[in-house]
Amino acid sequence: MIEKNIPAILPLIFLAAALLIPLLGVWKKAVAYPIAILTVLAAASVSVYGFIYVLLNGTIRYFFGGWAPPIGIEYVYDPLASFVALVINFIALLVLTHGYHAVNIDVKDRQVAYYSVVMLLLAGFNGMIITGDLFNLYVFIEISSLSGYALIAVGEKRAPFAAFRYLIIGTIGASFYLLGIGFLYFMSGTLNMNDLASILPYIKDSPAILVSLILIVIGLGIKMAIFPMHGWLPDSYTYAPTTSSSLIAPIGTKVGAYALLRLVLFVFGVEYFSKDLQVAELLAIFSCGGIIYGSVMAIAQKEMKRMLAYSSIAQIGYIGLGIGLANPLGFIGALLHLINHAFMKACLFLVAGNLRVKTGSSDISQMDDSFRKKYPWTMAAFTVAALSMVGIPPLAGFFSKWYLALGTIENNSWFYLAVILISSLLNAVYFFRILEKVYMRSPEKYIPVDSDIAEIRNEEVKPSMLLPAVALAVGLIVLGIFNVLLVDQIYKMMPAGL
Amino acid sequence: MFELIIGHYDYLFIVVLITIGLYGMIIKKNLVKKVIGMSIFQSAIILFYISSAVKSDATVPILVDELSTAEVITYINPLPHALMLTAIVVGVATVGVAFALLVLIYKRYNTLDEKELIERMK
Amino acid sequence: MDIFQTYNSIIPFYAVMISLAVVPLIILSDKSPNLREFWTIAAAVIKFILVVSLLPAALEGKEAVYSILEISPGIELALKADQFGIFFALIASGLWIFTSFYSIGYVRCNKEKKQTRYFASFAVCLSATIGIAFAANLLTFIIFYEVLTIATYPLVIHKENREAISAGRKYLLYTLSAGAVLIAAAGLTYSYTGILDFAAGGIFGGLNLSQGSITVLFMLFLAGVGVKAGIMPLHSWLPAAMAAPTPVSALLHAVAVVKSGVFGVVRVVGFVFGPEVMQSYGLNKILFVFAAATIIIASLIALKQDNLKKRLAYSTVGHLSYIVLGVALLSPAGFTGGIFHIATHATMKITLFFCAGAIYVNLHKENISELDGIGKVMPWTMAAFTIGSMGLAGIPPINGFVSKWFLGTGALQADMNIALIILLLSGLLNAGYFFPIIHRAFFREGNGLEKHKEASMMMVIPIMITAFLSVLFGLYPDMFFNFFEIALSVSNSVMKGF
Repeated sequence: MIEKNIPAILPLIFLAAALLIPLLGVWKKAVAYPIAILTVLAAASVSVYGFIYVLLNGTIRYFFGGWAPPIGIEYVYDPLASFVALVINFIALLVLTHGYHAVNIDVKDRQVAYYSVVMLLLAGFNGMIITGDLFNLYVFIEISSLSGYALIAVGEKRAPFAAFRYLIIGTIGASFYLLGIGFLYFMSGTLNMNDLASILPYIKDSPAILVSLILIVIGLGIKMAIFPMHGWLPDSYTYAPTTSSSLIAPIGTKVGAYALLRLVLFVFGVEYFSKDLQVAELLAIFSCGGIIYGSVMAIAQKEMKRMLAYSSIAQIGYIGLGIGLANPLGFIGALLHLINHAFMKACLFLVAGNLRVKTGSSDISQMDDSFRKKYPWTMAAFTVAALSMVGIPPLAGFFSKWYLALGTIENNSWFYLAVILISSLLNAVYFFRILEKVYMRSPEKYIPVDSDIAEIRNEEVKPSMLLPAVALAVGLIVLGIFNVLLVDQIYKMMPAGL
Repeated sequence: MFELIIGHYDYLFIVVLITIGLYGMIIKKNLVKKVIGMSIFQSAIILFYISSAVKSDATVPILVDELSTAEVITYINPLPHALMLTAIVVGVATVGVAFALLVLIYKRYNTLDEKELIERMK
Repeated sequence: MDIFQTYNSIIPFYAVMISLAVVPLIILSDKSPNLREFWTIAAAVIKFILVVSLLPAALEGKEAVYSILEISPGIELALKADQFGIFFALIASGLWIFTSFYSIGYVRCNKEKKQTRYFASFAVCLSATIGIAFAANLLTFIIFYEVLTIATYPLVIHKENREAISAGRKYLLYTLSAGAVLIAAAGLTYSYTGILDFAAGGIFGGLNLSQGSITVLFMLFLAGVGVKAGIMPLHSWLPAAMAAPTPVSALLHAVAVVKSGVFGVVRVVGFVFGPEVMQSYGLNKILFVFAAATIIIASLIALKQDNLKKRLAYSTVGHLSYIVLGVALLSPAGFTGGIFHIATHATMKITLFFCAGAIYVNLHKENISELDGIGKVMPWTMAAFTIGSMGLAGIPPINGFVSKWFLGTGALQADMNIALIILLLSGLLNAGYFFPIIHRAFFREGNGLEKHKEASMMMVIPIMITAFLSVLFGLYPDMFFNFFEIALSVSNSVMKGF
C-alpha cells in the first residue's frame, strides 16, 4: 500500500525532518547533516520508485484525510509531477552530498537551523509539485519562498539585503497568485485543479477569468524570474552560500516554471491560454526578452556566480518560451530544458562553490591556466556543463534547444527561432571566456619555460565536493544521448488539446 | 460607470488598500515602510476573500438544528475564512522573516534607508 | 547500380569510435610520449583498415548501415557507409596515418607544449570526421559537425599566443554561428519533409514549396556548411586559423575540417535538395556565383600573401570552391570532377602544408621572401612541394589535372562556358602564386643556409609519400582504392534520371 501514499510521503518526510533536526539538534549538533542527507536519500528513492510505478500503473490520487475532492485537498502524482519530483530530489541529493563540506565552511556553527530550513525548502518544492489544490499550492509556494529567503540571508555580508529584496518581490508575486486564485474561486466555487479545469470552459467568457490568468502568470512569473520580473535573482544567487544557491538556482525557478506550466496548460487549458487570448504569445515575447537580456548581462559580469545568475534568467526564458509556444514540441522542449538546465546549473554552481572554497573567490579575472592543473576534474565538469549550455551535441543542452527550435518552426515563429540560435552564440561568448582563461596561458603572463606549471600540484577539492559535480556532468552526457527515452515519457505527460 | 461603483464600496476600498500597499513596497525608501506596505497589501487580499464570502441574510456556518444543511443559502461560505486563517499565518511568518532580515541588515550597516544602504555597500 | 542494397554492420560504428576510444589512453599515457604516440598510430591504422574493409561491398553497391540509437523521436543517430561516405572516410583516415607520423616528428622537433592535449584533440577530430562521412541523416551530421568544431578549437589555439587566441575566437564565432544556422536549416527541412535522411537525388522531390521558402532554406544550408567549406565571404577564419601548428593546418585545414564543409555542400546539393530541385528553383546559380567568385578572389588574395601558410590557406579557399563549382554545374562530369577533387586536393595540399611545416621546423622561416635557395638545402622537401603546386595548377600527370579535366568537361556538358574560363584563369593564377616559390627555392642563391640539412626523416618520409600518391593518382586514378570509380558512381547515383 505504500504506493498509494507516495504523494503524501514526499512533502511529509521533509516536514518531519524539518522538525526532527532542531529537536535532536539540541541534544547533538552533529545529527543535523545525517538526518538531512538520509531524508533526501529516502525522498529520492521514493521518487524513483514512484516514477516507475506511475509510468506502469497510472496516476496516483491521494485524498488528504480521506475527503474526496472537490471538498478535500487532493494530491495528484501523475507522470509529469513524478518526473519533476524525481529530478529535484535527485539534484537535492547531489547538492546536499556536496554540502557535507561546503556547509561546514559557509555556515559554520548554525548547521542545525540551516539544515532544518533546507528540509522546509524541499518540503515546499515537493508540495508545489504534487498538490492538486490551488490554495495548497499557495501555501507551499510560501513555505518554499520563506525558507528560500532564510537560506539566502545566511550568505555573505550583503546577503540579508538581497534576501530582503527577494522577500518583497516574492511576496508581491505570491500575493498576486493568491488574488488570482481568489477570482477563480469566486467564479467557479472550487479550488481543485481537475475540478476547475472541467468548470472553466463554461465560464471562460468572464473577464474575471482573464484577470485571474494574468495575475497568476505574473505571480508565478515572479517566482520563476521571467524577464522583466527577474530583479531579485542576480543578487540573491550571488551572495547566497554555495549550497543555498546550488539548491535554489537549479530547483527553485524550475518548480515555479512547473507550477506555471501546470496551471496554464492543464487547468486553464491550451485552448484558452493560447488561442482565445494572446497570453501565450505575451509569455513567449517576454521570455525572449529574458533570453537576450540574461545572455547579454551574463557577458558583462566579472564574477562567476553572478554570471551564472544572469544566465539563469536567460535559461528560464527558454522554459517560458516553450510554455508560450503551446505546442507539443515546445512542451517537450520546455520540460526537457527544465531537467537539463537543473543539471547544468547545479553543476556550474557547485563548480563555482568549489572554486570559492579553494581560492576564496570566483572572480573570472583571477582564473588562469594553473586551475587546469590544480582542479582538473572540477574544471572538466565545468567544461562539460558549459558546452552543454552552449548547446553542443550530443550533450543535453543541445536537445532541449533542438525541440524548442522545432517548436518555433511549427508555429512559424521565425523571430523566436532566431532568438534561440543567437542566444546559444551569446552563451558561447561567456563560457568560452572562462574556458580560454582556464585552459590557456594568457599571453601577458607568458613564461617561456614549462617549469612553473610542472610544479603546480593537483589540489583538487574533497571527493564529497567533487563527485556531485562530476556526476552531474556525466548526467548531462547521458541525458543528451538517451534523451529519446525521456521524450517518449514526456509524450505521456502532455496536457489534452496540445 | 456608476454601477461599477455603487454596491461595490468594499472592493473599491480593497483596490485602494492594494495600491497603498504596492506603493509602500516599491516607492518607499525606508525598509520598515516597505514591510508596512507589504502588510497592508496582504491584509487587502485577506479582506478581498472575506468580503467576497459575505452573504446578506445568512448566518455563521455553524450547524444548528433549526436550519437544515440543505439550505446552503442560509450560511455564509466558510471556506474563504478557513483559507484566510492560513493566509494570515503565512503573512505573519513573512513579516517575521522580514523583520529578522531587517535586524540583520541594521546590525551590519547601521541603517535601514535603502539609498544609504546601497551607498554603504560599495 | 540504381538500387543500393543495405546490410547491417557495426564496422562503421567501430570506425568512428576507435579514435575516440584511444583518447583516454592517450591522456593516461601523458608521462610516456612513446606509448602515447603508439596509441595514436594504432588507432589511425585500425581506423584505416576498418574503413578499407567496407570498400569492397560498397563497390558492389552495398551500403553498410548501423543505427546507434534513437536520438530524437523518429530520427536515429545512424551511420551509413555509402560510397561517398567511404570515399571521404578513406581520404581522411588514410591521411591521418601520415599526419600522425609527421605530427610526432613536428611536435618533438619543435618541442611543442601540451602535446597530450594535442594528440587527444586530434583523435577526437578524426572520430568526428569519420562520423560526418558516415552520417546517415542530417541530425547525425550536425552532431558530428559540432563535435568537430569543438575538438578543433584546442588545436587552433595550441600555440597560446595572442594571434592564436584571436584566431580561436574567430574560428568559434564562425563555426558556432554556422552550427546554429545549420540547426535552423535542419529543423525547417524536418518540418517540410518529415525526414532528415540523406538520399541520393534529394528528399525534396514532389514537394511544392514556394520559391522564397526554398531559397531561404538553401541559403541557410549554404551558410551552415559554407563556413567550413570556406565559401566567401565566410572564409576569413581559415587564414586566421593558420596560427595553429602546421600538422593541424595540414590535416584539419586541408583535409578534415574544410573537407567536412565541402562534403556537407555535396551532401546538401546531391542528397538533400537533389539536382532536380536545385535546377528548377535556380539554386545552382546561387551556388555557382559564390563558388566562382571565391575561386577568383581567393587566388588573387593568395598572390599577395608573403606568409607561406597564409598563401596556402587562400589557395585552399580557392580549391574548395572548385569542388563547390563542380557540384553547382549539375552535370555528371562536373559532379564527378568535384568529388574527385576532394581526394586530389587533399593529397596535394597536405603535401604542401607538410613542406611548409618542415621548412618552419628546420629553418624557422615562414615567409616566402626568405625562401631563397632552400631547394639546395632541402631538396626532397622542395621537390615534393613542386609536385604539389604543379598539381594544384592542373599540370598533368599529377592528379589535380584529372579532376580539373572533369570539371572542364562538366562545364561543357552544362553549357556553362564561363565556368571553363574561370577554371583556366584560376589555373593561371595558381601557377602565378606557386611558381615564384619554386623559382626562389631552386634558382636563387640563399645565404646563411650552409649549416642546415634536410628536415627530420619523420617528416620527410610522409611528405614524399603524399607527393608520390599525388602523382600515382594522376596516372592511375583507380589505383588501390578505386577513388575515381567511386566518384563516378556517386555522381551517377545522384544524377540518375536528371
